[in-house]
Amino acid sequence: MIVAEKKPIEEIIDQVKDFQKLLIAGCNECVTVCEAGGKKEVGILASALRMYFMNEGKKVEIDEVTLERQCDHEYLEEIRDRIDKYDAVLSLACGVGVQFMAEKYFSTPVFPGVNTCFMGAAEERGVWSERCQACGQCILGETAGICPISRCAKRLLNGPCGGSTKGKCEISKDLDCAWQLILDRLKELDRLDDYEKIMPIKDWSTERAGGPRKVVREDVRL
Amino acid sequence: MRLSYPGNIRIVRVPCTGKVDIIHILRALEKGADGVYVVGCLEGECRFSNGNLRARKRIEQAQHILDAIGIGGERAQMYNLSSADGPRFAEYAVEMTDKIKEMGPNPLKKAKEKMAA
Amino acid sequence: MSTKTPSKLEEILTAGHLAVTSECGPPRGSDPEDITKKAEMIRNHVDAINITDNQTSVTRLCSLAACVHLKMMGIEPTLQMVVRDRNRIALQSDILGAASFDIHNILCLSGDHQQFGDCPKGQNVFDIDSMQLIQTVRLMRDEGKFLGGDEIKRPPQMFVGAAANPFADPFEIRVPRLAKKIAAGVEFIQTQCIYNLDKFELWMKLACDRGLHEKVYILAGVTPFKSAGMAKYMKNRVPGMDVPDEVVKRMSGVPKEKQAEEGINICVESIQRLKEVEGVRGFHIMAIEWEEKVPEIVERSGLYPRPDIS
Ligand code: SF4
Ligand code: SF4
Repeated sequence: MIVAEKKPIEEIIDQVKDFQKLLIAGCNECVTVCEAGGKKEVGILASALRMYFMNEGKKVEIDEVTLERQCDHEYLEEIRDRIDKYDAVLSLACGVGVQFMAEKYFSTPVFPGVNTCFMGAAEERGVWSERCQACGQCILGETAGICPISRCAKRLLNGPCGGSTKGKCEISKDLDCAWQLILDRLKELDRLDDYEKIMPIKDWSTERAGGPRKVVREDVRL
Repeated sequence: MRLSYPGNIRIVRVPCTGKVDIIHILRALEKGADGVYVVGCLEGECRFSNGNLRARKRIEQAQHILDAIGIGGERAQMYNLSSADGPRFAEYAVEMTDKIKEMGPNPLKKAKEKMAA
Repeated sequence: MSTKTPSKLEEILTAGHLAVTSECGPPRGSDPEDITKKAEMIRNHVDAINITDNQTSVTRLCSLAACVHLKMMGIEPTLQMVVRDRNRIALQSDILGAASFDIHNILCLSGDHQQFGDCPKGQNVFDIDSMQLIQTVRLMRDEGKFLGGDEIKRPPQMFVGAAANPFADPFEIRVPRLAKKIAAGVEFIQTQCIYNLDKFELWMKLACDRGLHEKVYILAGVTPFKSAGMAKYMKNRVPGMDVPDEVVKRMSGVPKEKQAEEGINICVESIQRLKEVEGVRGFHIMAIEWEEKVPEIVERSGLYPRPDIS
């Protein structure tokens, strides 16, 4: 899933302080699971902002809505009939949802209420970590199912570097060395000999480096 | 044993403090309460293992938000006591009431009056 | 073996001499004297001098410019190049730039993560890794081609080196990793500072068992401690460094004013022991901000005078 973190309330206040009618829009997908922008977080933020504005002596109307998905035309359409009531939307969806909202409701200012962090998973309750950077050319088959692009601090395709210590990465004792994980799993799979195959220089054009990406599937287009 | 505690407190019963969420604290203050405090079992004695610890973390988060929006984090507090400890309950009630009296009424009340005027 | 490049370092190694190299860190400023003075102190005692490339990710005068200063003094430089800060365009371009000054040695490295340096908020590049940089230099030199496939007019003539850390984890792949670098085309290796000699000897033995010592020239890395404090710091703070307790104890066991001398003693003793290890073909003496001690270390280790090759 896409993992996001709530923005500090001070920053949110600073973004929306000049508006009178605000819609706070949550999303029922990833940001709900990672407890950053679901219905619950919308409620808390709305209550806090109402109190803030009231205390400042400002009359600000704040409504709440949580859509099934903000990265989807169909669900975004659900607020079309009332979007004009608001002079700004504070979206707690990931960066994709915020942008889709902005594209759809072109004349309504939209602000992000979360910081979109990465694609990852919950390791345990309250701890999320990165797993993929969408390089567009997956090599997990060669790296024993562990991604060195997202999990090695230097993106080494032929690691580990000389800084790997007791299974941890040189940048932090709290971070596993991706190459240690790869080696452990190669061993488990009885494939340690594969370690000596040199991974060729990667074609990064399918990654961010190649510019904004697009997938077009003629077979599913209407 | 009848113990007296300040009469200006409204008690909301919950099965476990783990039920209390940030939004409940915020809503209470938004509606005009001067302070909110949660009284849970002693730490380590939760019947549902860690309900009271969760409650504490949520109170801490609520405090942070209340500070950030200028209402005052001190208005939300967490207390713990053993379920048979009536005198302690009364003691906390007095302590909380004193703390709130010191802080004065919920600033939203004044703000509302001003806006109405 | 015959040499493949005009590198003096390569020639000395090929002739079967124990090579001696050292390194200088460029200054955090633009005064060339900061480099030339250091180089002057050690020029007669070493065969080539590495110039570090923004080591520990702290911004400094660039390695290439410092190498050019050495070249102008008639000293043989080894250009250290990390893949942290440049993409494949910049790497190839800098290699050509170095070649245009007839810089004949290169050391291919990953580079420390930028969080250790003065720009922890900066981007890193890591377009290719150190293994692939070795391949890149060999492609440019041997086939006269860019990574993109086009031909290079007057290809670089560089003796290609890399680092090896026998002490990093996991130990079991340290020798396979060396084999991998050799397969990528590396010709000489400078190792991480050796304090745990037993472990180094084990690594070396495993390398010899695979015949790797015949495929690459291994220069053993040594760094003298200036003080017991430095020994402790290296032990506890520097990732991938293995400083045994006995060494720290030995340093702490002498009074403060004698510690520097003890550090040099340990270094010289290490070199003497390592000289006897099969597969060790020379020494890389990294006297960090202590270059003036290099001549003493070289002389006391019986590595002076340097072979006269020109
Ligand atoms: S190799 Fe690429 S696509 Fe596969 S997990 Fe890593 S970043 Fe994602
Ligand atoms: S220690 Fe491991 S994860 Fe960290 S940069 Fe080096 S190889 Fe990558």
